[in-house]
Amino acid sequence: MTSPELVCPAGTPAALRTAVDAGADAVYCGFQNATNARNFPGLNFTVPELERSVAYAHAKGTKVLLAMNTYPPAGKQALWKDAIDTGIRLGVDAFIVADIGVAHYIATTYPDARLHLSVQAAASNPESIRYYCQEFGVKRVVLPRILTVPEIRNLAAEVPCEIETFIFGNHGLMVEGRCSLTNYITGLSTNLDGVCSPAAQVEYKRDNAGNLTTQLGEFTIDCFGCDETAGYPTICKGRYTTPAHDGGYYAFEEPISLNLSSLLPDLIGAGVHALKIEGRQRSRAYVKKVVSSFRKAVDDISSGRTAQLADLLALTEGQKETQGAFKSKTWR
Amino acid sequence: MAVKIDMTKLTLGPILFHWPAQQKIDFYARIADEAAIDTVYLGEVICSKRSPFFDKHYADVTERLERGGKTVVFSTLAEVMLKRERNMMAGFCEEEDHLIEVNDTAGLFHLNGRPHMIGPLMNVYNEDTMRYLASKGATRFCLPPELPGPSVAVLCEHAKELGVSIEVQVFGRTSLALSARCYHARAHGRIKDNCQFVCEEDPDGMPLDTLTGQRFLAINGIQTLSHTYLNLLPELDALKSMGVDHFRLVPHTQDMVAVAQIYRDTLDVKTSADEAESKLASLDIPAPFANGFWHGLAGHQRVQ
Repeated sequence: MTSPELVCPAGTPAALRTAVDAGADAVYCGFQNATNARNFPGLNFTVPELERSVAYAHAKGTKVLLAMNTYPPAGKQALWKDAIDTGIRLGVDAFIVADIGVAHYIATTYPDARLHLSVQAAASNPESIRYYCQEFGVKRVVLPRILTVPEIRNLAAEVPCEIETFIFGNHGLMVEGRCSLTNYITGLSTNLDGVCSPAAQVEYKRDNAGNLTTQLGEFTIDCFGCDETAGYPTICKGRYTTPAHDGGYYAFEEPISLNLSSLLPDLIGAGVHALKIEGRQRSRAYVKKVVSSFRKAVDDISSGRTAQLADLLALTEGQKETQGAFKSKTWR
Repeated sequence: MAVKIDMTKLTLGPILFHWPAQQKIDFYARIADEAAIDTVYLGEVICSKRSPFFDKHYADVTERLERGGKTVVFSTLAEVMLKRERNMMAGFCEEEDHLIEVNDTAGLFHLNGRPHMIGPLMNVYNEDTMRYLASKGATRFCLPPELPGPSVAVLCEHAKELGVSIEVQVFGRTSLALSARCYHARAHGRIKDNCQFVCEEDPDGMPLDTLTGQRFLAINGIQTLSHTYLNLLPELDALKSMGVDHFRLVPHTQDMVAVAQIYRDTLDVKTSADEAESKLASLDIPAPFANGFWHGLAGHQRVQ
């Protein structure tokens, strides 16, 4: 069995070094601006930081993938083009892109640059993927987290590029690249600004009885009794009401993490070339733990041994985990 | 002074919700006979499971609309995953008598350069993307609703140069997200494969409110929409002067013939925006109006 590439998050230079040391085959990261979909305060790289980080990673044989996976608004494309030019100069190993204009710019300006299609492009069928391969020479697609393993196996046989799937971390419920819920509430866009449920507009309000209400912008995302652990107010993980349902309920999904550790052999068998760990916003300790555990698991599976991954559960959000869409169609 | 001919067209987007076939037939008959609409988009955009209910009626409805002087465009599915959906998309793109509005890149693959339109669920946010798609046969772009006015203005400038046309949604609930999961089925304790078409119960979307009682969103199967109704009546003049030439109404169960007339009269400057606004408000729209996205603010907001 060929060993898949382990693609790991690097939200900061320190996290990048941690992931590299823990055995990442590749790390992905972005600049400190709207050119990537994790444009959060305190995250991401300055140009000198990325330059040093690329040197560090390359010295240890790890690839650096630059996330360029937001959609430039009209009239503001210069920021993206500058970032791409810089990435080329620094020698990153691939660009992760979503926007057709961005893909076209790289494909025509730097025809030797390697392009990965971001999950933000929402290419969920062979024809879409073939379109991006044919038009822009895309070499790898990151699949939306909406397909079952058998569906991935069938798809892999029909596309002329490598396949990367998420295996662990945050489990967004909307199709990536097709969600403007955050913009509807906050005025900041996931696609245009790289922002999702921004912390600057989060409020926690505790009443006299000890109950906690979490709010994003003007809207209540959830309410917690004193005996409940409050979660971060991500719109698609909140509780809401509707006449068809008794009481407040998780209308989209519970606060839960994706963990495909037990499906790893199936995913590798399905023809997946790269396994992606989500979490550029996570701590170094988290990155170290998750990356080293998956490094060992992938190596075990590749050499025919049984992988041990039970302790990863402790790292998942709210200690709850799911195999999401990957296990069964009943998730839909 | 040259006479300026008003070339603005009013369009009716595809019905996003699951209305019974007879309701759709009656709706389009009335649109054909009475509405001040130039172009009607037909097709199931949201859920492939709903398609069989209306497939056999498209030919008749199309003919009826065309006899009423409307141009008919077919809109594709927005999410293509299953074999059935891939086949639907491929079949749609073989249509030769009508233009196709593409809502998933799979359509671009099949059309392979033939003339087509780009729907609002495609991500065309900038001039490079527009230029590329125009070079591959796109002739009209219905822009994503979250795009703010200044960006639309830039795209209009490039559209003139490229000889393509720009469409903007000006009325109705705003599409905010797509998922693979059916939230209608979930609210009823079901899954998508066994949904029993509960989405039919909510012809303008299923209300989703916050735990503190705020009106928040509207669910339509795998789609999440705004609770608010987009209303760009006060902005129509600005849109026209930037070069937007198609103005889209999203169909709801409210009186769409009346809605169309209000927008047509405002475009033709036969009525003031204020007067139009009060007429629209009198139509029992079940939610507040919003225009925040256009002004670069949170989408639920209303700038007066």
